[in-house]
Amino acid sequence: MKYAGKKLVSMLVTLLIVSFLVFFAFAVIPGDAAVSKLGTQATPERIAALRAEMGLDRPFFVRYGDWLFSALRGDFGKSYSYGDSVSALIAQKLPITFALTLLSFLIMLVCAIPLGIYTAKHEGGMLDRIIMVVNQVIMAIPPFFSGIMITYLFGLILKWFQPGSFVSYTVSVGRFFHYLLFPAVAIAIPKAAMTVKLLRSSLLQEAKKDYVRTAYSKGNRTNGVLYRHVLKNAMIPVITFLAMTFTDMIAGSVIMEQVFSVAGMGRLLISSISSRDYPVVEAIIILLALIVVLANFAADLLCRVLDPRIRREV
Amino acid sequence: MEKRKKRNAGFIAGCVITGIMLTLTVIGFFYTPYDPEAMSAADKLAGISPRHIMGCDNFGRDIFSRVLKGAQTTLIVAGGTVLIGTVFGVLIGAFTGYFGGLLDEGLMRVMDALFAFPSLLLALVFVSLFGSGTYQVILALGIAFIPSFSRIVRSEYLRCRNLDYVKSARLAGASHLRIMFVHILPNIYTVLLSSIMIGFNNAVLAEAGLTYLSIGVQPPDASLGEMLSNAQTYLFSAPWYALGPGITMVLLILGFSLMAEGMKR
Repeated sequence: MKYAGKKLVSMLVTLLIVSFLVFFAFAVIPGDAAVSKLGTQATPERIAALRAEMGLDRPFFVRYGDWLFSALRGDFGKSYSYGDSVSALIAQKLPITFALTLLSFLIMLVCAIPLGIYTAKHEGGMLDRIIMVVNQVIMAIPPFFSGIMITYLFGLILKWFQPGSFVSYTVSVGRFFHYLLFPAVAIAIPKAAMTVKLLRSSLLQEAKKDYVRTAYSKGNRTNGVLYRHVLKNAMIPVITFLAMTFTDMIAGSVIMEQVFSVAGMGRLLISSISSRDYPVVEAIIILLALIVVLANFAADLLCRVLDPRIRREV
Repeated sequence: MEKRKKRNAGFIAGCVITGIMLTLTVIGFFYTPYDPEAMSAADKLAGISPRHIMGCDNFGRDIFSRVLKGAQTTLIVAGGTVLIGTVFGVLIGAFTGYFGGLLDEGLMRVMDALFAFPSLLLALVFVSLFGSGTYQVILALGIAFIPSFSRIVRSEYLRCRNLDYVKSARLAGASHLRIMFVHILPNIYTVLLSSIMIGFNNAVLAEAGLTYLSIGVQPPDASLGEMLSNAQTYLFSAPWYALGPGITMVLLILGFSLMAEGMKR
C-alpha cells in the first residue's frame, strides 16, 4: 500500500512534467493563435483585442496555471478550428481508439501466449524453427504495410469487409466491431511476433533454474512444472513489455486509423496537427500521457502480485 | 557450438541483406533505370514487366527508380536521426551515469517522462512544433530518440564507473572527461552499436509512418512512406504498386534487426 502511494506520487510528478513541457513547447513556437485565427490581413488592434479575449497577453506562468487547473476539471478550452469544447470532441473519439487498442491487445495476447509457450516447449523442433523465422520477418513489416496488405486480402479479394465503410458504435455496435477487427489484426500481428519471441526466451531462461529441477525431482509432470512454476516467473519481464506494447499500440492505432479510415482520436490528432489546432493537440497528448502512466502502473502492480520478492524491495 | 553456428547464420544473413540494400541505395545516387520524376501517360499503372520490374505508378513513373530514390531519403533521415540521438544520448547518458547525483535525478525524470511516449507520438508532437519537411523530420525524430539512447548509455556508465579499470585510470590521474570518453566509451561499444541498429530501424519505421500520414517528408522528395500511401489509393486497380516500396522497407529493417541480434549475443 505504501508502495502504491509512492508510485502514485511519482506518476503525478511525471504527468506534471509532461503537462509543463507540452504547454511550454506550444507557447514558445512561432505563430500566434490570434493571428492564425484572424488571418494576416487583420489590423493590429483586432489582434490585440482577440489576444486579450483569448488570454494570450498574460504572463506565461499565469496562463499555465490557469490551463492546468481547468484541465484538472476536465476543461481543455475550445478548439480553434471546430469551435467546440475540446473535451467534448475528444469524448466522442476516445471510445473508438480505446476499443481499437483494446481489441488489438486481446488479439495479440490470444495469438502470442500459446505460441510462445509452444515454441519454448518444443525448442529446436521443426515447427519452432519455422515459427521463429516467420516471426523475424513479421517483426520487420511496417504496420501500415501490413494494414494495406490486409485491406487488399480481406477487403478486396475475400470481401470480408468493405474498406472505408467504418460505422461508429453509436450507429451499430456489431458493425463497429466487425470493421475494427481488421485494423486490430494489422496492429496486433507485429506486436504478437515480438511477444512470442520475448516469452519464449524468458521461458527458456527460467527453465534452466534450480527450482525447476527440484520441481521435477519431486515428481511433477512437465506441464505441471511449466504452468504452475515456470510460467509465473517468466511472465514478469513479459508483463513489463506488454505495458509498453499497449502504449505502442495506441501509437499504432494513430496510423492504422488513417489506413482504414476509422474516425478515431488518431485522426483527430493528425488533423489538429495539420491545422495547428493546439488546444486539441495539447489535450490529446496529456490524455495519452495519462494512459501511458496508468499502463505502466498497472504492470508494476501486477508484477508485484506475481512475484513476492519484488514486494520486499522498495 | 550449435548455438554459435545459428547465431552466425542470422548475423551473416543480416549483413548480406543490409549490404545489398545499401549497395542498391548508393547505386541509386548515380544511376536509376529511368528518371524517377519522368511521367509517361502510356505506362500509367503498368504492371510488373521486364521493362519495369516493380511496375509503374499513377503518373507512369517507374516504381523501381522511385524506390531507389525513396530509400535514399529514408536512409538519410534515419541516419541523421540516429546521429542526433546517439550524440546527445551518449553525452547525457555519460554525464548522468558517471556523476549521478542531483543532475542525474533531474534529467532522468524528464527522460522518463519523454521515454514513456512511443517515439512515433513524440515525433508527431515535435513535427507539429517544427513543421514538416525533411530536415524538420530529422530534428523531430532525433530529439524523440534521445531518451532511449541516454537511458541505455546511462545504465552502462552506472555499471562501469566502479569497475577496476576505471578506478586504476582514476588513480593514474586521468581526468573525468578522459575516463568517460577514452576509457569507458570504447568498452560499451557493442551495446551502443546494437542499440544504434535498433534505433535505426525504429527511425525508418517512424519516418515512413510520418510520411504516410503526410506530415513527414514532403513531395516532390520521393519517400517510401509517401509511395505506400499513394499505392493504397490504387490498391484495387494496381495492387503491385504497394509491393515494391513495402518489400524494400521490410528488407531494410530485417537486415538491421538480424545484425543487431547477432551482435547482442
